[in-house]
Order: sequence, then C-alpha cells, then structure tokens
Amino acid sequence: MSAVETGLARTPLHDLHLELGARMVPFAGYSMPVQYPAGVLKEHQHTRMAAGLFDVSHMGQVRLDGAQAAAALETLVPVDVLGLPAGRQRYAVFTNDAGGILDDLMIVNAGDHLFLVVNAACKAQDLAHLRARLEPAVTVTELADRALLALQGPAAAEVFLRLAPAAAGMKFMDFRTLEVAGIPGFASRSGYTGEDGFEISVPAARAVELARALLAEPEVAPIGLGARDSLRLEAGLCLYGHDIDRTTTPVEAGLLWSISKRRRQEGGFPGDERVRLQIAHGPSRKRVGIKPEGKAPAREGTDILTVGGELIGKITSGGYGPSVGGPVAMGYVTAANAKADTPVRAMVRGQALPARVAALPFAPHRYHRS
Amino acid sequence: MADRKFSKDHEWVEVAGDTATVGITDYAQGQLGDVVFVELPTVGKKLAKGDNAAVVESVKAASEVYTPVTGDVTEVNQAIVDDPKASDETKYEAR
Repeated sequence: MSAVETGLARTPLHDLHLELGARMVPFAGYSMPVQYPAGVLKEHQHTRMAAGLFDVSHMGQVRLDGAQAAAALETLVPVDVLGLPAGRQRYAVFTNDAGGILDDLMIVNAGDHLFLVVNAACKAQDLAHLRARLEPAVTVTELADRALLALQGPAAAEVFLRLAPAAAGMKFMDFRTLEVAGIPGFASRSGYTGEDGFEISVPAARAVELARALLAEPEVAPIGLGARDSLRLEAGLCLYGHDIDRTTTPVEAGLLWSISKRRRQEGGFPGDERVRLQIAHGPSRKRVGIKPEGKAPAREGTDILTVGGELIGKITSGGYGPSVGGPVAMGYVTAANAKADTPVRAMVRGQALPARVAALPFAPHRYHRS
Repeated sequence: MADRKFSKDHEWVEVAGDTATVGITDYAQGQLGDVVFVELPTVGKKLAKGDNAAVVESVKAASEVYTPVTGDVTEVNQAIVDDPKASDETKYEAR
C-alpha cells in the first residue's frame, strides 16, 4: 500500500528512504522512516559514535517578515526575541492563556526576517495561531517547498565542514546562510540528540542531492525516527504531546532557562500571570528523569508512586536507552518528590517496580559551545 | 515427531507428549526489531490458554506474548532474559 493511498504526506526524501530499505510508518500525517535495516539500536549508537543523518522535512519551516516581527512574536512566546542577535537561534514555546504549552519551536534571527521551525504535528495549528495574531503587520509565510535534514554526532562537524567550509567557526545555536555540497541553504548548529550537529534547510528539489552527498561521507549513516526518539529521551529533551502539552507550563516542564529575566518580570505573553506565580511559589509538579532500577522499561502512561504507595505522578516518555544500557524515562512528580535520587515506584504490568528520580540528561550533552 | 502450530498472534507451539514448547515466530521477532528486555513466567506458574505469558520489549514498544495452550510452566529460556539481544537467534521456550 503506497503512502498516497493511505492519505499520508511524503517528504522530498521518501523514495530515497525506500531505496535505503527503510521501514516506513505514519507520523504526524507523513510517511516517515522509523528505522533502516541497521535497526534502532545500531542507528542510535552510530549517532553517538559517528554521524547520523535524519530527514526532519515533516517539520514546519516558517518565515516572519515585518519591521515589528520580533516584538509581535514576543506576544506569543515567553522568550527574548528582541534581544536575539542576527545569526543566532533560540528555543521557545508558544503558550496559551493558562500558561500551558501549545508547541515548542526554534526561533532564528536571520537578519532581515525571523525563521521558525515548528513540530510537524502542530504545524497547521501553529500557522493559524501566527496568522491570527500577527497578520497583517507581520507577513507569515510557510516555507512549504523546503526540506530539513539533521546531521548529528561527534563526527557531524568534520563532515559538515568538508561540504560547507563556510560553516567554520559556527558555535552551538549559531545560524548561517551558506552552501552545502554546492547547494544553497541555511543551517543552525543544533539538534535533538544532545550531540553536536547541524540542522540544514535546502530547497525540496535539492534535498535528495544533499542527502546523497552526506550519505556518501564514510562517517554518515541514515537514522530513523525510532532512534531519534531514544536519542532525545536520553538527552532529556521534551517531545511535544508527551512531555509537554497544553496542561504543562514551562515552569513545571523545567524550561525556565528559556525565559529571560526581562520576560519573567515584564510578562506580555499568554499565561504570564500563571508563570509568574509558579516562579514565585514553585510549581506543584515538576518534570524529572525516572531511572528504573531493574531491567524493565517504564513507558509513557506508567503511574509513579512513592515507596509507600501514594500516587505522585506519571511517566510521559519512557523506553530503553542504548547508550545508558538500560531503561530511562521522564515524567512529572509532585514537587516534594522531585529531588534527584528520591526512591519511587513505577507501576508496570501491575507490579510496583523500584526506580529513582534522576537528574537529566541521562547521556551528557556534547554541544559545541566554544 | 512434534509438529508446529501457529497462533494468530505470531506464537508457535510444539507439543510432544504432555509437554508443549511455546515461542514467538521469526517473523514476529524480526518485526519487533532489537530486543532489549524479556520477561518470562516463573517456573511453576499455571497458565490458561490466552493468558499473558511473557513480555518481549524492543527499544520502542512492549509486546505481550500469549500462551496458545493451558499448562504449568516447567522451564524457561533464561539465556534470553540475561541477554535479550541473543533472542534473534534463539527462541524462548516454556514447556
């Protein structure tokens, strides 16, 4: 059954994935590779040892134009956009009036415009939100004819610099317009794995050419969504719709670091009052790492109890961490139980399995900060 | 000679005398991908046909394994509990 018959959209690399032997699955309305013949475990390990190439073209790429674009965007996100220098990227969330999170995204100051990357599952909703609140003073354009590829791992920089010498000197969260393998595009030094790496946007028509150029490099292997998930989980990074959603505030989610002092004090974003109160008094629950002590993974939806059997929270992401060599999870627990090493119980298949609250990340970040 | 029968859920069973050996098919374990965790029933456990007998987990998901027959567990393949990655070469057995 082809992707078109099942009503799924395709990225520009769809046929290449099939050629590479990918197993395709539906994700956010797209037919996406969950793994290649190597398998999730090997793809995960390869990314932490060498360089993995991910097709993330399903994500939304949006351009904001207008003299007041930064000020206007600040009415939707609790981050400092006005102070974001040209050539820099920042992590942000869209909030609602209750301080809940509508989506998480990256914001880039591309000099003469703002460039946003949003989650595939929230793309339509985010565009509607931006258009409703920012037009007509700000022009909102979906860059629908572009692909997005991520190259991640300790060898990513060496490979990227070979094909894009103009990237020399880029630090973590820098953004540049440049050519990669002779293809015009733009790239940020960032990613969703905890490793060093680049996220590269090129016209859709050149995507296969770019992917083949990168895959031709000896260090590079194609990586599917299965490993993308285990990598980001080990890195303690949130997945929208699971670890963060409309019922979680950025304070509860441990994302306060993304809200600058000025924005905390001045507000001016949806839910600013609730966020201000939570900062002042502490949130009633917090996102934490959960490390099961045995071998059994504790997955999303698993209840978390105290040793005494009191329900204190739930796991929002969980599975097996190939780099950690055991089960890893994230979830929310009541603030009183949120300290690292607090013993808890995870209810797995009717059994209260011993676990501990753990500091995140499980696998140390290796961003290239200097 | 025991002959192998298959269930709708990708289990197989081989009966010899009053002993049944239960496993999951090669197709099922291939679909699962890399196995990272296996939980087998304790020896002596009484299982009825259709009961959840074991769990086989990949990085992404947990799969329940149901017993196609009723019986008492007399032996389990401890090797794949200790080394789940070996399960793509061996099959778990509950006699």
